[in-house]
Amino acid sequence: MVTMKELPKEEYLLKGHAACAGCGAAVSLRLLFKALGNRVFLIVPACCTTVIQGPYPYTAFGVPLQNILFESTAAAASGVVAALQQRKVKDVTVVGWAGDGGTADIGIQALSGAAERKTNFIYICYDNEAYGNTGMQRSGLTPYGAWTTTTPSGKKERKKDMPMIMAAHKIPYVATACASFPLDFVNKVRKARDIQGTKYIHLLAACPTGWRYDTSKTIEMGRLAVQTGLFVLYEVENGKFKFNPPSDRLIDKSKRKPVREYFAAQGRFRSLTEEDIVTIEKWSDEDWDHYRKLASECL
Amino acid sequence: MTLAPKKRGDLPLTPLSCPTEGSMGNTGSWRTFRPEVNYSKCTKCTLCWVFCPDAAITRQQDDSPKIDYDYCKGCGICANECPVKAIVMVREEE
Amino acid sequence: MVQRVVDTANHLAGYAAKAAGVKVVAAYPITPQTTIVEKIADFVESGEMDAEYIRVESEHSAMVACIGAAAAGVRTFTATSSHGLALMHEALHWASGSRLPIVMAVVNRAMGAPWSIWPDMSDSLSQRDTGWIQFYCAGNQEVFDTILQAYKLCEDERVFLPAMVCLEGFILSHTYAPAEIPDQAKVDAFLPAYKSGWVLDVNKPYSHANLVSPEWYMEFRYLIQEAMENAKRLIPQIDKEYAERFGHAYGGLIEKYRCDDADLVLLAMGTIGSDAKLAVDKLRKEGLKVGSARVRVYRPFPVEEIVKLAASSRMLVTLDRHISFGMEGFLGSEVKASLYGQQDRPLFSGFIAGLGGRDVTAETIEKVAKRSLKMLDAGRVEKETEWVDLRE
Repeated sequence: MVTMKELPKEEYLLKGHAACAGCGAAVSLRLLFKALGNRVFLIVPACCTTVIQGPYPYTAFGVPLQNILFESTAAAASGVVAALQQRKVKDVTVVGWAGDGGTADIGIQALSGAAERKTNFIYICYDNEAYGNTGMQRSGLTPYGAWTTTTPSGKKERKKDMPMIMAAHKIPYVATACASFPLDFVNKVRKARDIQGTKYIHLLAACPTGWRYDTSKTIEMGRLAVQTGLFVLYEVENGKFKFNPPSDRLIDKSKRKPVREYFAAQGRFRSLTEEDIVTIEKWSDEDWDHYRKLASECL
Repeated sequence: MTLAPKKRGDLPLTPLSCPTEGSMGNTGSWRTFRPEVNYSKCTKCTLCWVFCPDAAITRQQDDSPKIDYDYCKGCGICANECPVKAIVMVREEE
Repeated sequence: MVQRVVDTANHLAGYAAKAAGVKVVAAYPITPQTTIVEKIADFVESGEMDAEYIRVESEHSAMVACIGAAAAGVRTFTATSSHGLALMHEALHWASGSRLPIVMAVVNRAMGAPWSIWPDMSDSLSQRDTGWIQFYCAGNQEVFDTILQAYKLCEDERVFLPAMVCLEGFILSHTYAPAEIPDQAKVDAFLPAYKSGWVLDVNKPYSHANLVSPEWYMEFRYLIQEAMENAKRLIPQIDKEYAERFGHAYGGLIEKYRCDDADLVLLAMGTIGSDAKLAVDKLRKEGLKVGSARVRVYRPFPVEEIVKLAASSRMLVTLDRHISFGMEGFLGSEVKASLYGQQDRPLFSGFIAGLGGRDVTAETIEKVAKRSLKMLDAGRVEKETEWVDLRE
């Protein structure tokens, strides 16, 4: 486990970029580069990160970054990886960095294809649970009951379980993470880098603009998601499920904070009814049961 | 620092943008509140440096933070996360 | 050693990708392109071709994977038809805007609805605005040769644009004909190592293609137009060089046949353009002064060549294996557009023929020529556009 002070001082997300104040994705990007350094090719579809770069002729990124079409992050990665293989370039990590829309909705086909082809790259979905770039419309990863501009009375459908979808592809490494647990995320990225094949990391990226909370609370919000059990930190390595701290200590539901604390903290859940909260809690309990079974099978 | 094109002949064949601090300009002007560090309280835990979304905090030789006010957007994460409340958010003067 | 084969245009496209030393192929099967990718799969698996073949899950991903590979510094190739090309549409724009020298074989096939697998140029002509160079071939050997010429052209620093090499489905793609595959050393002498105008490099990091405001976007588009103009000048030079090295020539931008003293010139692309020669020969035997001009390159459009043809003839007629609904065939439109600025213009009539694989034989073309000559004698065109062999 790396320590805070061992994280390198070099920045490859340069200050003065265009992200909103308090952006969870921006913290995550800084941590990505702390994990990998600058020998990275970043592939970025249409998403918040497109805009974070700033406009031509400037970019806030200190690594080679290929902007690409919305639905095809993983396809571009397949091409880049194949080229690097042909050129026998070994010490560059190819990272697909996409939002939840570009991952679970319009981008899922390309991602599924690349995973099935065992493309050797790290795919990171930074999930701010809506289409952030275009102004917070709902995505397939928007949670049940959340306000977005296209679900003004709250989303009526459940969030897709992207990490489990990727685990079903039987790729060698799937993990969930959050910038609020920075060392856990850095370790997961470094672990992924050293594995051959398709690696998928699902990052919860708190978003003050879309989730409606004060910009200062981004790290707190990610922490609360984990503490309430609504977001679970885990890895599936070669099919073996493992809880990560602190989620490993939250298998006992009494140790979790009440889910309503999470909803009360964000304006986007304003329209949740008591019935909604009960339903969401039930689904969360079911997910935990499922994970617990997976974990016990792997002991 | 990037040289911005002045005429068509300066353009690359396709838009290739160079890494630049302040790609979005002086983002410090976005602030309503600014963070102020009480260095005598600071325990040099480096959490504020880790969590700043804008890389506006530099980790100094002694691990204490230095805030770049040209770019700090005043989000307040550093103040919120500081375990000893060594950072306070102060309203900017008009 | 020249290798003499009897093979289909599709297989020859595969041979061309191999000869060109392509390093990454990303392609998705679609009738009638499939045998191209199957041939390449054979080559890669047997080790005859040292390349990665990415078996992508859609054509959109095929084009994007090629973009990624080209951006990461290797020569790339793909192939598609019809709806596959249509599915790639936004990626075609991305490729040309990125100035990446990707070469793609397009096996021309009709668009649906309804389904049709037969030859028709509506697929590639619908993509004429995407900034891709477009070649239209009339024979198997030409397909092989044009792919090699395309790489040379696209990787020229005055161009750096992608190109599609079009060939009609089934007529060429699946038809066996004799062809020559040149000695690899001679190909290498003609086509040097891959070059591109930019590359992803950790030592020189860029963000490629982030937001460009109205301040500079227009100028970047102008650079593409300039590159197209450069391509127009280079194509005949490359064709000439290729002929000197390998013995096959295609007339550069337009392959003219007996046009010098022609009253009437028949213009078409692809195999209609080459079958027109048979019609010309027959008509000439009857004493009729007819010539044919096969437009080999549609983008950039050979405006100057069309103007020259118009100056020396009294009537130009186009046969389009395409229709742009609500207007006319695109070859017809652009021939007319090329001539608008001229003081003296010949008579013009446009014909729509061969959609969805409807056969266009030398007899059909002869019929069109005779109909046109009647109009020429009358000094008047009845209709700007006529559909050939349309059932009542």
